[in-house]
Amino acid sequence: MFGWFRRKEQSKEVARDRLKLVLMQDRMALAPHTMEQMKDAVIVAISRFVEIDEKGLEFEWKGNERNKALVANIPVRSVRRSAKAID
Amino acid sequence: MSEAIVITSGKGGVGKTTACANLGVALASMGHKVVLVDADIGLRNLDVVMGLENRIVYDLVDVVEGFCRLRQALIKDKRLDGLFLLPAAQTKDKTSVTPDQMKQLVDQLKEEYDYILVDCPAGIEQGFKNAIAGADRALIVTTPEVSAVRDADRIIGLLESSGFDDPGLIVNRLKPKMVAKGDMMDIPDIIDILAIRLMGVVPDDEFIVVSTNRGEPAALSANRSKAGEAFRNIARRLLGEEVPFLDLTEHETFWEKLLKLIKTG
Ligand SMILES: Nc1ncnc2c1ncn2[C@@H]1O[C@H](COP(=O)(O)OP(=O)(O)O)[C@@H](O)[C@H]1O
Ligand SMILES: [Mg+2]
Repeated sequence: MFGWFRRKEQSKEVARDRLKLVLMQDRMALAPHTMEQMKDAVIVAISRFVEIDEKGLEFEWKGNERNKALVANIPVRSVRRSAKAID
Repeated sequence: MSEAIVITSGKGGVGKTTACANLGVALASMGHKVVLVDADIGLRNLDVVMGLENRIVYDLVDVVEGFCRLRQALIKDKRLDGLFLLPAAQTKDKTSVTPDQMKQLVDQLKEEYDYILVDCPAGIEQGFKNAIAGADRALIVTTPEVSAVRDADRIIGLLESSGFDDPGLIVNRLKPKMVAKGDMMDIPDIIDILAIRLMGVVPDDEFIVVSTNRGEPAALSANRSKAGEAFRNIARRLLGEEVPFLDLTEHETFWEKLLKLIKTG
């Protein structure tokens, strides 16, 4: 009886969410360079503030079916006294 | 000033050939000189959709291999003056033509025609590479289903890396009733996911089946159908006109709503 008022997720919403996830994975898998470029961009951005161990930098996809997160592990050697100007 | 447009999709059966025939008919009826090139070698179909299957003497592979001149292989449409078809070979396979040969062929057609519409085979292999080789622009056809949209995304990526910067999307076989019920992805969902320009929406229409049975594309002006109108609108957008999108919304009737409520209850 009360099921009448409980809203069931529409199948189009399920389709849209599944598509978004699968495309994220497809696009990443098809663009191995993207990860490398992203690493380089992060190194440049962060190095203004901290000195990092570039070799130890790691990116990883974390999360479950619904939520995906890009988790970065950035080993820091030291913190700069003030932000370096971008050259 | 002529333009070659490839109609592609990744997934088969979503309506590339139907779109090619109808856009060709629409452009020709607006007074342009149009040639349809069936690049689906080995699985020729555009001829039957156009109702021109009985007139084929030579085909695309014959032209490429030098067995006949281009002019001899072109079939003139029986209804529209400026409309021609270059049929695919049925007994050969996709490797009998190279992308370079396709590009040469399309360039040669450009000397005579305003629009060259290339009907692309399904897949991402050689047939796809051949079909896009001579094209200036790309139209991607999808249906509002997960697998078709996923394949469209892959194709968009491949097109981008081949230098096609602004492909247009045609969403085919939309079922307004299912969209209203929340059981089919809507246009904004699909556009948001694919991040691509929308060229048109074609409803799922039984008239497409009828017109394909007869070999008379729905976009022929004598035909009155939503799908035909949608294709004519896409043709006008291809020409640069701003055409409002058809209102395809259909709402569930009171009885359908009640029935659903009882079923889910
Ligand atoms: N808008 C539509 N409404 C109903 N049926 C359609 C529609 N578009 C295409 N079809 C049907 O779907 C099938 C596949 O279409 P086709 O154009 O041959 O696809 P493709 O060339 O992408 O393989 C055909 O039987 C065609 O009649
Ligand atoms: Mg086809």
